[in-house]
Amino acid sequence: MSTTDSIPASIVPARGASSVRIKLSRDDYVLRTGLVVVISLLAILVVLPLYSLLSKSLEDMDGNFVGLQNFQEYLQTPSLLTSITNSLSVAFFSAIIVLVLAFIYAYALTRTQMPFRLFFRGVALIPILAPSLLAAISLIYWFGTQGVLKSWLFGASIYGPIGVIMASCFWVFPHALMILITALSTADARLYEAAEALRTPKWRIFWTVTLPGAKYGILSTGFIVFTLVITDFGVPKVIGGNFNVLATDVYKQVVGQQNFEMGAVVSLVLLLPAVAAFIADRWVQSKQVAILSARAVPFQPKSEPLRDWLLFGFCTTIAFIFLAMLGMAAYASFVTFWPYNLTLSLNNYDFDLMDGGGWEAYFNSIRMAIYCAVFGSGLIFFGSYLVEKARGVSWLRTILHLIAMMPLAIPGLVLGIAYIFFFNHPDNPLGFLYGTMGILVISTIVHFYTVSHLTSLTALKQLDPEFETVSLSLKTPVWRTFGKVTLPVCLPALLDVASYLFLNAMTTVAAVVFLYSPETMLASIAVLNMDDAGDIAPAAAMALMIVYTSAAFRMLHALLSRYLKRRTQDWRKR
Amino acid sequence: MAESKQNFLRIDNLTKHFGEFVAVQELSLEINDGEFICFLGPSGCGKTTLLRAIAGLDPQSSGSITQAGKDISNLPPSQRDFGIVFQSYALFPNLTVFQNVAYGLENQKIPKLEIRKQVNDLLELVGMPEQTGKYPAQLSGGQQQRVALARALATSPGLLLLDEPLSALDARVRATLRHEIRSLHERLGVTTILVTHDQEEALSMADRIVVMNEGRIEQVGTPEEIYSAPASPFVADFIGVMNFLQGKVTNSGKVLIGGKTLDCETANIAEGSKVRVTVRPEDILCSAKDKNAANSFSVKVESVEFLGSFCRLILSGPDGFGELMTDLSTQQVHELNVTPETTLTAVFPARSLKVFPESL
Repeated sequence: MSTTDSIPASIVPARGASSVRIKLSRDDYVLRTGLVVVISLLAILVVLPLYSLLSKSLEDMDGNFVGLQNFQEYLQTPSLLTSITNSLSVAFFSAIIVLVLAFIYAYALTRTQMPFRLFFRGVALIPILAPSLLAAISLIYWFGTQGVLKSWLFGASIYGPIGVIMASCFWVFPHALMILITALSTADARLYEAAEALRTPKWRIFWTVTLPGAKYGILSTGFIVFTLVITDFGVPKVIGGNFNVLATDVYKQVVGQQNFEMGAVVSLVLLLPAVAAFIADRWVQSKQVAILSARAVPFQPKSEPLRDWLLFGFCTTIAFIFLAMLGMAAYASFVTFWPYNLTLSLNNYDFDLMDGGGWEAYFNSIRMAIYCAVFGSGLIFFGSYLVEKARGVSWLRTILHLIAMMPLAIPGLVLGIAYIFFFNHPDNPLGFLYGTMGILVISTIVHFYTVSHLTSLTALKQLDPEFETVSLSLKTPVWRTFGKVTLPVCLPALLDVASYLFLNAMTTVAAVVFLYSPETMLASIAVLNMDDAGDIAPAAAMALMIVYTSAAFRMLHALLSRYLKRRTQDWRKR
Repeated sequence: MAESKQNFLRIDNLTKHFGEFVAVQELSLEINDGEFICFLGPSGCGKTTLLRAIAGLDPQSSGSITQAGKDISNLPPSQRDFGIVFQSYALFPNLTVFQNVAYGLENQKIPKLEIRKQVNDLLELVGMPEQTGKYPAQLSGGQQQRVALARALATSPGLLLLDEPLSALDARVRATLRHEIRSLHERLGVTTILVTHDQEEALSMADRIVVMNEGRIEQVGTPEEIYSAPASPFVADFIGVMNFLQGKVTNSGKVLIGGKTLDCETANIAEGSKVRVTVRPEDILCSAKDKNAANSFSVKVESVEFLGSFCRLILSGPDGFGELMTDLSTQQVHELNVTPETTLTAVFPARSLKVFPESL
């Protein structure tokens, strides 16, 4: 009710052109140096390799600039063009199927009183522990030429789009499920009570409250599944048969035909849908405002016998399929000689007798996963700390954040081939990394950078922004507050990041398939190579070794998290 | 020395804009050593912006700040001398009460034993001597804010900044802490700036109140001055409850409202100007009988609102007066037998009326 007759403050010109500039403190210098260092590092590891890829696509075999000639050639090769439609349709159908199944599954887990929810949740997350190849191998045992249930396909072949879609649905299911569980968990009970008080029928509540609340999660899931499937290389390589997709084309051009220029062109084509899905997903996320205010009352599902038992049947079916996929691979890995000698033995685990790297590959994988977990989580946490906490210089923080977001849009294969061009270039002083364990670790950290970055950023955002202000007023250097407060409080998130990096390093194929050398063979690559050589049973055995290791690590992580939670519960919750 | 006592903190022509928006505009202010100052105003008036500029957290766009005779305009926060307490407490969740309070001391190369003594003294001072081993999450909001206060005072800052420190607490705790912060200030004598939108808080705690609106100072004064002699209609309206009457200055220096004239001080206001006359509800005197006093009018009771120790009456006055509020003690209400539709006589004592030109 102000009645002062003042000129609106906004149109008064600022007095005096000279703006007050605060002197930089020691903390500011430290943080800004950190920003510049991390930005330079990521620019070298993300931006420059992409530039090499781009320039390679515009060169001929002798390194002369030829403009768009390679692209022209690509467009005139019908066999390559069909891969585009193949890739798009496989990714599209997988996205639709997974979206429907995972939504129902997530709904059953979060919105009902269905029994054994914890068990169903655990089973559905199994595929995360395995390389995507495992699903394809298992399908071969079920439906392949010598498969147990071959007749169920009525003469159709599993080697092709059917197999690719089935295996893809299996390995991306947990990724979809996790997003949808999050989307469906954040419900405000008050909305449901209000709807019920207005005598709204159940189906209408579902359409007007439940679905709109999960809308962004559903869209996001669609984009992510689409991207995962279209950029995946392991599944189509193993079970695709003659069904070519973009990802296998890149591999064939580079590894098979040594046609690096065409490989560059195809990987740029593969980059397009990935970038498009990334931008669409970012757009969707920006639309999402916090639906759940601090005052929201958590939703407590009530039991409804008919619905709960129907969903129980559905979840049992899915869980059964999942266990059958894993179980068949495990069983086959112990069978002496499929299908003629079904006695069980450990012969297939005698990796040193087969081509593909032997046990050394397995131990290399573990080493690499540990390096990724340790160095990756350290670097990523430090980077996100700088993005969140550096004072002033918002443009530098924005640059770092943008570069940190880029890897999410770059398929692993594309990153791998870009690394070949960049690190293998004769003039690159970093060329010594080529063919070492170092480049495998670097490419894996970069490949999985974005999700880890966002995880630590979320954890940091939950801290009171005034912690730093208080420290300033107490004349405490910023690194002391970082070590004594920020790091200890964010430790659980840091552990999550380390675990995420470890699991992905164990199972990844995409980027490293171009970068390993005979000395740095990895378990996941060994699976691929043994399958390629026709040693499917040992490939299954190696894939299972990855599963066992990942599962053991997950348990270790769970124990450590629980220990940490118990030790710090005094200050976490009242 | 006396000179610096007068101007412990001096703000000169300070302006802060965020892009096009001007949050604080050419503001100047002097704060004495040992004073308890409140920045009071509605949200968005620039009070927090001003506080953060003093701390160096969001530096001003132009203008200067001098503290203890030293120009601190260009210094980063870590080189300024202040302690700060936030509405959110901002206690380090993984550190105990003791560790939180000791946080700033451990940086100063003070022997451990000395730190222990100082921390215990500080916790004693804020009334929390026995909770040293607890974590913030195990304390109530009021207790957390006491710890935050002890932490801010630990390094003996020359200036204590309190950013809405009581707004997150419930009413009872707020009242206690209000009193305790005030008595703490009396004991320590540290210059204190409290930002608040709660006028009761400002009136009960401050030596002087700085009332702010739209990035400018409306009035600086003691709580009594602010309440009884508001310098602008904004202050009159913002502090406490106020009745506004629209009128015009007559040639005899009175104010014509509707058909009635009101005796009041109109010095310096030209004849014929439109004015607004303000009167506090408690200053309107009601009685049953006709009084032949000046400024006495017949009013009708529209409604009675019971508020515990007193009742608030909504009156409709003569034409042009509009609706008026007045407060009567519950006892008076019974004596006068006030119910809606009752007719009373209301007297507007000239000394309680304040006249503002319409243009202000």
